[in-house]
Amino acid sequence: MTPAAHERLDVDALVDDPGTRIIVCCGAGGVGKTTTAAALGLRAAERGRQAVVITVDPARRLAQSLGLESLDNTPRPVPLPEGAAGSMHAMMLDMKRTFDEVVEQHAAPERARQILANPFYQTLSTSFSGTQEYMAMEKLGQLRQSGDWDLIVVDTPPSRSALDFLDAPKRLGRFLDGRLIRFLSAPASTGAFRLLGAGFNLVTSTIGRIVGAQLLDDLRSFVSAFDTVFGGFQERAERTYRLLRTPGTAFVVVAVPDTDAMREASYFVERLATDAMPLAGLVVNRTHPLPGGPAADVGSREAVAAAEPLERSGSHPLASAALRLHAERVRTRERENRLRDALLSSHGGVRMVEVAALPEDVHDLAGLRGIGEALASAPPDR
Amino acid sequence: MSEGEHGPQPPGGARAKARLHIVTGKGGTGKTTVAAALARALASDGGRVLLVEVEGRQGVATLLGSPPLPYEEREMLSVPGGGTVCVLAADAEAALLEYLEMFYGMRRAGQALNRLGAVDFATTIAPGLRDVLLTGKATEAVRRRRGRRRRPSDAPSDAPFHYDAVVMDAPPTGRIARFLNVNSEVAGLARVGPIRNHADRVMEVIRSEQTRVHFVSLLEEMPAQETRDGIAEIHGLGLRLGMVLVNMVRPPLLDEADLAAAADGGPDLDALAAGLKEARFEAPGELAAALAGEVRAHALRVRLERRVRSDLEELGRPLLELPLLEGGVDRAALEVLARRLAEQGVRL
Repeated sequence: MTPAAHERLDVDALVDDPGTRIIVCCGAGGVGKTTTAAALGLRAAERGRQAVVITVDPARRLAQSLGLESLDNTPRPVPLPEGAAGSMHAMMLDMKRTFDEVVEQHAAPERARQILANPFYQTLSTSFSGTQEYMAMEKLGQLRQSGDWDLIVVDTPPSRSALDFLDAPKRLGRFLDGRLIRFLSAPASTGAFRLLGAGFNLVTSTIGRIVGAQLLDDLRSFVSAFDTVFGGFQERAERTYRLLRTPGTAFVVVAVPDTDAMREASYFVERLATDAMPLAGLVVNRTHPLPGGPAADVGSREAVAAAEPLERSGSHPLASAALRLHAERVRTRERENRLRDALLSSHGGVRMVEVAALPEDVHDLAGLRGIGEALASAPPDR
Repeated sequence: MSEGEHGPQPPGGARAKARLHIVTGKGGTGKTTVAAALARALASDGGRVLLVEVEGRQGVATLLGSPPLPYEEREMLSVPGGGTVCVLAADAEAALLEYLEMFYGMRRAGQALNRLGAVDFATTIAPGLRDVLLTGKATEAVRRRRGRRRRPSDAPSDAPFHYDAVVMDAPPTGRIARFLNVNSEVAGLARVGPIRNHADRVMEVIRSEQTRVHFVSLLEEMPAQETRDGIAEIHGLGLRLGMVLVNMVRPPLLDEADLAAAADGGPDLDALAAGLKEARFEAPGELAAALAGEVRAHALRVRLERRVRSDLEELGRPLLELPLLEGGVDRAALEVLARRLAEQGVRL
């Protein structure tokens, strides 16, 4: 099967370009985002960049592959072999701590204490969905501003949808700035919303009945303390969102050759185009390219046809097994090519690179370096 | 724990006890497929089974080759012998509006809440509310008895259950503990009141003898690691563990001696070439050298898989295997998988 024509994602050109300041790795769960982000960071560092990798993944996989015992909310140096051209740091996002730091930075000590102790704030900063994405964006903004690194690689949070990384911060910001929270936190007597329609009287009593008066009190004091500190959650979210649209940012969409992951990748590519966000390209992990040489010319049917008489006679078990394996591999590759071609045909011009499946998982820097090399080397096109 | 832990049970024997099957696993392990196969297997002796999807991905519809499913329990598979599998693509927003209407008779308030952004808040932002709405749908189906629909309290308490089993295609392992621990999830928002009561009712079912949490893994390191972590978390919450379902298992094609040789130095090139020559390939020596790499990769993979399998066995849960099906999974393939589960005995 001839692969569809496509341009290769040139990873070295991407990480070597001093104009590349942020690389965001996104995609469905389980496709190797974290590994890809770490491998890109390492390759960039070894080629001379001052790179930092932010991971948001609670499974601490990046920590494992970087040989670090634990990652906390500050970037830690990753020891590179002597003579490395650049440097690498890695950090794991602690969303609560990031949120607390934002509060402490913007509020006077007494106010900050009030906010941090507020029960509603505590729920917001630890378990609201979207806080992780919001804080990942916040941290990204901080690191970018610090100027300590010239390349930031972001591994996006594990969420239901890859799009959540883009949407959740704004959704949360919209809620915090929105009508609902003003409405709930308005003193009962003002009746600010009475004019909006009769349904709202019912709403007031419903919400009161469902969530209880205590929560409304917490919310009221949270809103008043927070407002005076820094209004504009939404604006804050939009500021970092804008950062993602600047030319220095590159999105790398990560997938594996299965239907779900490729569909998710396709949604994401579409969305980036709609929002005019810079897509560097697609990384397809765990593919099964065929080896070159004479084996490439042996099709799956031919291999099976050759294996069958050997199996019947039982004379050459190794050869028949090798032929069966090869046939399976050819069929796998044909399926992968179909999936890839379907994606490329609906998104013309997307650059892509494949990383062949490894027999074993990546555990260490050497393994990450291997992934980086695979990312940068010629595409396995067969 | 249940007596089913210590070996296979006659079909249906354990079902009388375990009626809510929560299926989780690392992303990419084929959770949805396994959940559907389990539902199909549980229906194989005439049972009525509900498969609930909660991630909004319409994975079941894709699997069955049907258009996106609406928010209703729809019969999707009928099994020879009278069994049926119904599917519900649960949706938090629809569940919320339904809940408000059922308990408060407030469809109008639902609309007003929607305009205010409260529905969006409850279903996408607020911690736990979305989850309690979704788990609430599944636990309500578990409690429902035949007779009048929906409100368990309306039916006589000795009426048979509406569903013999409910299978939930749950969130991935990384989020499962939080998803199921609905009580503590909503505690930050509601310490008292109807939400809290609802969460308590849901938790009662999840904690009960009727519920099992099953893990889907592959014979790869990361899915196995997440299975270990997830089992520890679920156990820590005091919930009942079920099976470890190892998906996409490939048969080894080489015998032990060839496997060991291929993994260590590479396969015996002469033997390989001799076989290829007998199969009348031109230049068998060159072809053997080319295929040797594929054989070695296979042997290394088998070795890794065995290590992972023995790690999974150490978890002490019943280990069931499902084969890798080339060409993906469709209705026919689902039958094959369900049969494989039934053969190994769905052990709870």
